[in-house]
Amino acid sequence: MADATVFYTLAAAIVGFAVLVISARNTVHSVIFLVLNFLCVAALYVVLHAEFLAVIQVLVYAGGIVVLYLFVVMLVNLKRPPETHQDPRRRSRLGLVMAGLLLAQLAAIGGYSVTTAGSASAARATEAAGGNVEQIGWLLYTDYLIPFEVASMLLLVAMIGAIILAKREL
Amino acid sequence: MIPITPSHYLVLSAALFMIGVIGVLVRRNIIVIFMSIELMLNAVNINLVMFAREWQQAVGQVFAVFVIVVAAAEAAVGLGIILAFYRNKETVNIDEMTLMKW
Repeated sequence: MADATVFYTLAAAIVGFAVLVISARNTVHSVIFLVLNFLCVAALYVVLHAEFLAVIQVLVYAGGIVVLYLFVVMLVNLKRPPETHQDPRRRSRLGLVMAGLLLAQLAAIGGYSVTTAGSASAARATEAAGGNVEQIGWLLYTDYLIPFEVASMLLLVAMIGAIILAKREL
Repeated sequence: MIPITPSHYLVLSAALFMIGVIGVLVRRNIIVIFMSIELMLNAVNINLVMFAREWQQAVGQVFAVFVIVVAAAEAAVGLGIILAFYRNKETVNIDEMTLMKW
C-alpha cells in the first residue's frame, strides 16, 4: 500500500515535470523543471534499491549536466525584455520563504533520524548482503572492465571535443 | 490497490519516453530538444534499474551507469556545438540550421 502510494506520487511528478520541461516557454524554466524531474527519478531509484545510481543521478545529472545546460542558456542570451515587477522586494521575500522551507525540511530530517533508530540497523543489513555500491563496483572491475575503460576514454574524447568546439579560436 | 508490478514501471518509462519524443518533434529550440533527449535516456534508465531489481542482478545498474556516461558526453559535445553554432548564426532555432542542406 505504501509502495503503491510512493510509486504513483513519484510517477505523477516525473511525468508532470517532463511535460512542463517540453511545454515551458522560458528555457530557464525548462532547465529548472528538468532538475526536478531528475530528482524524482533519483527518488524512484531509491525505491528500486539502486542507491548508488540514485546518488550518481543527483551528482551527474542534477548537479553536472543541468549546470552545463544552464550555462549554455545563459550564454545563448535570448533577447528578453528585462523583468519589471511592481514589487522590488519580491525576490528577497521569495528567498525568505525558500529558506524557511529548507529549514523546516532539515528540521524534519533531523527529528526523524533522532527518533528512529531502525534506519541504522536497516543500512547495516544492506551492507551485510553485499551492498549496492560493492555489487556495482565488483561488476565494473571484473566482467565489465573493458567497457568501463572505453567509457572513460569516451569521456576524455568528449571533454577535448567540447573544449575545441567551444573555444573561439585555436 | 493492486501491487506495483514491472508493468507499472514499463508504462511510466514508455510515457516518459513518449514525452521526450514529442519534445524532440514539436519544439524548435535546440536546447529544449537536447533536454528531451535527456528525458528519453532517463526513461531507458528507469527500465534498466527496474529489471535489475526484478531479476536481482546488478548488471542492469551497471548498464545504467554507462548510459549516464554517454549522456554526459553527449551533453558536453552537443552544447559545445550549440555554442559554436550560436556564435556564427545568432540563433538556436533548428529551422535556421540548414548549413549542411544542399
